[in-house]
Amino acid sequence: MNRPFRLIDQGRVIETEAIVRDGAVVLPGGPAVLGWEWKDEGLCRGDICIPVRDADALRADGGVDLAALARTLGRPLAVDPAEGAAALAEAPADRSARLASRAAPDFTLPDLAGKMHSLSDHVGKKVLLVVYASW
Amino acid sequence: MPITVALERSADDARPFIEAAAPTHPSLIDTGHRVAELYHITNVPTMLWIDEQGRICRPHDSQFGTDTFAEVTKKLSAPYLEMIRDWVRTGAGALDAEDVRRLQPAPSEESELARAERALGWYLHQRGSESAARVHLERAGRLAPLDWTIRRGSLPILGENPFGPAFFEMAAEGKPEYALEALTPTHAPDTGDG
Repeated sequence: MNRPFRLIDQGRVIETEAIVRDGAVVLPGGPAVLGWEWKDEGLCRGDICIPVRDADALRADGGVDLAALARTLGRPLAVDPAEGAAALAEAPADRSARLASRAAPDFTLPDLAGKMHSLSDHVGKKVLLVVYASW
Repeated sequence: MPITVALERSADDARPFIEAAAPTHPSLIDTGHRVAELYHITNVPTMLWIDEQGRICRPHDSQFGTDTFAEVTKKLSAPYLEMIRDWVRTGAGALDAEDVRRLQPAPSEESELARAERALGWYLHQRGSESAARVHLERAGRLAPLDWTIRRGSLPILGENPFGPAFFEMAAEGKPEYALEALTPTHAPDTGDG
């Protein structure tokens, strides 16, 4: 039986459905929930394809097993089946590679007035990024 | 162009600091700790330098903009602020590609799983599922004990004092240190230029 399920993907909340059974979470929406699709080459998104040796371990009940999908994508997964929510980290290899490229990752955040600002608004200037907290 | 990012639970928590500073630069609020995730930040305050081409040219350095905590941290703000001024004027202090890579902290399976657990805990807290939130926030802290954006940053979410006993226990286990800290002259003698 489908129930609402929230996937937190790098700051974005994806509202979808899941079948939760014995602690396993199956997404009837399949890998498309995260923007991936099945092709002959394996799981693909845009130009990237990940070969999948054991598709049966991924496919379940017409959808996809969330934990198996996360493993295939190399993305650490935190899941709370009872609460109907999970969060996916970026694959450490991808994050490392991007940082090694030195490209400063873009972000968009609000100021106190709620106005959104992006790092990319300031390309062409030197930027001193200061991160702080009250704790 | 300075851009400041506050890792706070809400705009209201950041408000007193931002209003006191009355900045003319972007002063942003990051309740989801997105910048901590993207830049692999494990403690605050941290500063990093981004050049005109959008490349990190000096990675994380635990530096302070004022001397408010100098007694405790043994760090003076003036030498680092002078370095920043030199960089803006002449580009000095920017590191080459190899040094940036070498001095940048590297994400791992555990550190990134900890970030996923924190993100889940934060979401559950916002939804009012407090006991479930606690499970994931505490798990995050165990996975990355030296990531204070997670372990210390979660204390206010859990209703605990980030300057109290829980923090002292954490500090006794060791403090996160960025590789650059050892190289930045924060104890340089006073140049006397006021």
